[in-house]
Amino acid sequence: MKHLDEYRDAETARRLATSIHREASPTRRYRLMEFCGGHTHAIFRYGLEDLLHTNIEMVHGPGCPVCVLPIGRLDMAIRLSKRKGVTLASYGDMLRVPGSKGQSLLKAKADGADIRMVYSTLDAIRLAEANPDRDVIFFAIGFETTTPPTALAIEAASKKQLENFSVFCNHVLTPSAIAAILEAPAVRELDRVAIDGFLGPAHVSVVIGSQPYEFFAEEYRKPVVISGFEPIDVLQSILMLVRQLNEGRAEVENQYIRAVTRDGNLRAKQVVSRVFELRRDFEWRGLGHIPYSALRIKDEYAAFDAERRFNEPYVPSEGTKSCECPAILRGARKPTDCRLFGRACTPETPLGSCMVSSEGACAAYYSYGRMREPAQ
Amino acid sequence: MCHALPVKIIALTGSDTAKVSLGGIVKEISVALIDDPQPGEYVVLHVGYALAKIDEAEAERTLALLAAEGSDVVAEFTAPKPAVEAS
Repeated sequence: MKHLDEYRDAETARRLATSIHREASPTRRYRLMEFCGGHTHAIFRYGLEDLLHTNIEMVHGPGCPVCVLPIGRLDMAIRLSKRKGVTLASYGDMLRVPGSKGQSLLKAKADGADIRMVYSTLDAIRLAEANPDRDVIFFAIGFETTTPPTALAIEAASKKQLENFSVFCNHVLTPSAIAAILEAPAVRELDRVAIDGFLGPAHVSVVIGSQPYEFFAEEYRKPVVISGFEPIDVLQSILMLVRQLNEGRAEVENQYIRAVTRDGNLRAKQVVSRVFELRRDFEWRGLGHIPYSALRIKDEYAAFDAERRFNEPYVPSEGTKSCECPAILRGARKPTDCRLFGRACTPETPLGSCMVSSEGACAAYYSYGRMREPAQ
Repeated sequence: MCHALPVKIIALTGSDTAKVSLGGIVKEISVALIDDPQPGEYVVLHVGYALAKIDEAEAERTLALLAAEGSDVVAEFTAPKPAVEAS
């Protein structure tokens, strides 16, 4: 398939790996954080770590929206789904994430709650149109990629006067999470992670552009390379980061030029700013409370805000004891450091969010890296 | 969640909808987030919406860079074999 196969070519991968070998200095370490779970999966699925010298260390970041959603917010969704007359529409990734007291959306569904898995906000709108007697709530999660589709759905519902449709908004912002990793007191007090450079998100950057990362390059002297999600993209980006670090540069470079520009998608950014505004505070799993790190629905569209419409309060909740998800999301631990990993916690019986999502680091380790032999 | 796939627009079906194909699988999506979608163009598809067009010229540039990368090394590995002498 065009625009896919050429970025999965083994021969090209070998050549890139050879260049990385030649250029990476054996006397220094390269600690590179791949922000996105999509990159984590590409790295494991295609065995990219085995192509790199051990002095190039990939640190897995928090870029998995399912993983960073705090349990208290999931509990809210579960409580909303159990209300009389409510149909909760959710992306499939959320259904098996464990909430408080052994609850999950899937269990709530088994108990009789009307929970539907949808692929798109378009499906959620259709669901509301087809069921005028039900209150359809769309459980909106995600970084900047899923936000414009949610905004369009709210605008469409407003235009159609679709009064039985609302959105439980949990959209979060990538630059805030990167800033938190670099400097938030909550993270610094816990465990500071040393990172030399970042592999920047592919599709988030399609929307927001490469410009928002310039601050990190300038202010923190950390190189950022925006990278596509295919294995060749990732290897080329690692090579670009190695070159920047070797030359003492800290710039924003764009490997994913075929879809990312400096300004991103203006149309998408406009619809987002019409419908959403910054939330003063949002709690992230693993990163704690980060000011202005998430979005809420503007007053103008308050009628479509499930939080206000149903007056559902947020109750913070702790996860499973000894689950290392929070530290794994900060890049401070690896999944294999967790006592539960592969024993009590597997993709079939997940105890933490990182094992559930197809982008979670634990799921990547379990699916592709579990049997990996240590490098000789 | 942030995964997206490159798909080809095969037809516009409404003011902001289009039929797209991914290796023969055809689906209707929203093109409300992109400017001036045209049949034949590739777009990045995410949760039912085209997020951006794929810039063919930049894709070519990426492939050209990749082709050049480490080509000297490959030359070492795939040095031409000595010609077999005719017997």
